[in-house]
Amino acid sequence: MTEAPHAGLAVNGTPYESVIGIECHVELRTQTKMFCGCRNVFGAEPNSNVCPTCLGMPGALPVPNRLALELLVKAGLAFGADIPAFSKFDRKNYFYPDMPKDYQISQYDTPLTQGGLVEFWVRDGTRGRCRLTRIHLEEDTGKSSHAGSRDGRIAGSKHSLVDFNRAGVPLMECVSEPDIRTGPQAVAYLETLKRTFVALGVSDVKMEEGSLRCDVNLSLRPLGSSAYGTKTEIKNMNSFRSVERAIESEIARQAALLARGERIVQETRGWDEAAGTTHSMRSKEEAHDYRYFPDPDLSPIAFAGDDIARLRGELGILPNARIERFISDGVPLVQALQLIDTPGLAAYYETAATLSGKPQATLNFVLGDLSRLANETGIPVHASRVTASALAELVALVDAGTINSKTAKDLLGRLWADGGSARTLVESEGLAQVSDPGAIDTVVAEVLAANGKTVADYRAGKTKVLGFLVGSVMKQSRGKANPQLVEERLRAALETTGVS
Amino acid sequence: MTVPETAAEIARAVNERELSAAAIAAEFEARIHLREAAVGAFLTQTGALALAHAERVDARVRAGEELPLAGVPLAIKDNMCLTGTRTTCGSKILENWTAPYTATAVQRLLDAGALPVGKTNLDEFAMGSSCENSALGTTRNPWDRERVPGGSSGGSVAAVAAGEAVLALGSDTGGSIREPAAFCGVVGFKPTYGRVSRYGLIAFASSLDQIGPVARTVQDAARCYDVMAGHDPLDATSLARPVAATHNGLRDDLRGVRIGLVNEFTLSALGADVRATYERAYADLEGLGADLVDVSLPTADYGVATYYLIAPAECSSNLARFDGMRYGLRVPGADVAETYERTRAAGFGDEVKRRILIGTHALSSGYYDAYYVRAQKARTLIAADFATAFQRCDAIAAPAAASEAFRFAAKSDPYSMYLMDYYTIPMSLAGLPALSVPCGFVTPPDGAHPLPLGLQLTTPLFEERTLLGIAHAYERATMHASVRPPIAANETARV
Repeated sequence: MTEAPHAGLAVNGTPYESVIGIECHVELRTQTKMFCGCRNVFGAEPNSNVCPTCLGMPGALPVPNRLALELLVKAGLAFGADIPAFSKFDRKNYFYPDMPKDYQISQYDTPLTQGGLVEFWVRDGTRGRCRLTRIHLEEDTGKSSHAGSRDGRIAGSKHSLVDFNRAGVPLMECVSEPDIRTGPQAVAYLETLKRTFVALGVSDVKMEEGSLRCDVNLSLRPLGSSAYGTKTEIKNMNSFRSVERAIESEIARQAALLARGERIVQETRGWDEAAGTTHSMRSKEEAHDYRYFPDPDLSPIAFAGDDIARLRGELGILPNARIERFISDGVPLVQALQLIDTPGLAAYYETAATLSGKPQATLNFVLGDLSRLANETGIPVHASRVTASALAELVALVDAGTINSKTAKDLLGRLWADGGSARTLVESEGLAQVSDPGAIDTVVAEVLAANGKTVADYRAGKTKVLGFLVGSVMKQSRGKANPQLVEERLRAALETTGVS
Repeated sequence: MTVPETAAEIARAVNERELSAAAIAAEFEARIHLREAAVGAFLTQTGALALAHAERVDARVRAGEELPLAGVPLAIKDNMCLTGTRTTCGSKILENWTAPYTATAVQRLLDAGALPVGKTNLDEFAMGSSCENSALGTTRNPWDRERVPGGSSGGSVAAVAAGEAVLALGSDTGGSIREPAAFCGVVGFKPTYGRVSRYGLIAFASSLDQIGPVARTVQDAARCYDVMAGHDPLDATSLARPVAATHNGLRDDLRGVRIGLVNEFTLSALGADVRATYERAYADLEGLGADLVDVSLPTADYGVATYYLIAPAECSSNLARFDGMRYGLRVPGADVAETYERTRAAGFGDEVKRRILIGTHALSSGYYDAYYVRAQKARTLIAADFATAFQRCDAIAAPAAASEAFRFAAKSDPYSMYLMDYYTIPMSLAGLPALSVPCGFVTPPDGAHPLPLGLQLTTPLFEERTLLGIAHAYERATMHASVRPPIAANETARV
């Protein structure tokens, strides 16, 4: 579906393309777990948020978390997915020590949402689209750790420990169609999912805490072919950057195999971050028969049209719509993405821009000095003492020529530290810009008198010294002089009077 | 005074402070001590716990509360959780597992004043019809110690029949309350699926399992059901619809009631005495004023085949958790897979393994449609047949079991054991409320003692009030339930 230019991938001279689909697992941000009342929090003391149900104790039963169902439906609606009238939970049966019941409650043939389309912007400015196959809801497993082996893997370990705090946490699985062609597109797709889910309050989407995990399916085929090549599934990426690197590495590996006339083996491959390569984990022949069947402990799920309409109404303005609007306001793509991907920043910018009526000047402050101050102090811009209205006031003062940009920058630092109003400071401290030509001429005359040699240099053709003279005038005026006017008056003084 | 025989009388006496719950607890502890060697109904006796509850009940009564089950000795099938007590499912794999929480149904009965006297024996994980599949003990039929009590709720029915408890909880998946109730001459009642919470009932087949009361009288079963029934937020399959009380809907005649006799349930396969007993029971229903009508359940004959796909399929998944990792038996192996294999090989008995294998196969890729999906379709047809039949009648009468209680080891072929539930499985598949009420006795050619039989009555979904009303009229008119086995015939202890 995406007709993205391909970076010259070729096998023995024949142009090839990579075909990529992504499966994401995203932990939902609910107060409680999917099927019991235990708290859903990251980082608690191991096995402290557990109960008979999420431990799979004999006789305990699951009761679905209504909020989790609604969050998942919202996630689907945000991408235009269909919400089928009938959905149900199924059991996926397999044995594993961190799975308390030795089956996982999941959804097999009736996902909560079907279809949908994710539109994304790649950093190079191109746009792309990837169809969603489905989003379904399931429960997370516990977390195993293995002690006694050198690398923390199970091979060679003396014993294993299981933390069931994560067991039963609501997890949505979001499956894409194979519409992605490149690593940067994959990252753009994932970033779009992330910023949408964060905006909806569906998830905090923290890859480092495991609340987003993704697997990539990748195959190669001659450009123009509609048949799919043999695919591999890549796991264990722990950042968007490693997703991109893993895709590039796997494309190169498959292309090299094909170039040598070898076959691709359908298998699961693990990404090794340190080595920058993928390695074989297991081949498809060892695949489980999960013996899916409808979970008899849970009733079918039905969302009424009213419920869906209500949830649709709760979506608000989605990140993609905001990006679209920023771009149409003239905000460059990279800056638009920076605004949208910094929590609270887009809304802060929008408020300040509306109040000041000067989007471009506001944007420059928000992404420039304010973002720098936020980085230096660790305080997010929207939570700082510089309120959106204070910034708007500052922007208006600059725009009206009341203060110059140097003063504005200084004021911003003071507002960040102490709060308050830019206008009040300007008035009480006489910081208003001096734009009176007479007043400036006085200072210009003083500066020229004190810098005879420089004046001579200028007149001898070394016009570069003008900057030094401007700086001297500004310094003399304690930064308040209108810089354009200073330059103008200086030039005039140097060129017309001829004498100092 | 003597402890009365029924829950209704006991609760009245305790509420009116004629009897103390503590005295009743002591009396039943002594009685169990005397009779258990002969009966073997219990896997765990909880006399101390009963006494502690009794003291609380007495205090509440003294404080002016009136409790529907004040001081009523209750036996609990050992597949239901009770905090702090061993809960085994009759299996080696849970032999030493202590439940960390209490099942909703049990909790409601305890809150209503019942005294937990012990956990009763069962076929392992409720899989069986004789109680012989228990890995942890043998329960004998109080009417003839050479015979099985039926199953899987064998311990619960034996305890009530032998006077070791006044009420008991059983669980019924394909007949596991009704068949043993018939074998031991007590009332066994399976409510509509979803009426009683399954939270804390260790699952065999989740879409079929239902907790129900075992009692000496229909009235007591109704009293117990009324306390237990109703929505439980901890069980997503428990019904949210309101429950009509049943204890005040009991009737004395059957005038105007249409009772269906199922054409396909021919009695000709039964022994002559058994057949004659059922024919007399049907005649008695008519004698009470009921109109007997013929109804047809054309697909009921597929019940056993359907059941033995759906129930094992669910059990294969439900029993996966017994893997030696978190609780219960663990037999260590070289790695995780071998630990699983050794634990489950040592922990499960043959019948459980057989059903796990059948169920695993039925759900396997390539067989799922042919077995599991087809069985679900058959289940839908069976339920539809009942719905059609109930257009012509208010209740259906049928045998509760295919024979009287049989001798130990008489059904060594699993299939012949499965057929014991021929008459009860269709109702389970349709989710219907059904019960067994004593309907007479036969003395088999190979036996020395008369053995009870049970009449099965079934009504449409949610019609428990009608069902218990009809059963009460029959019980009252026929008096079969008032006959006690010899071991319980001499209850004259004064307290």
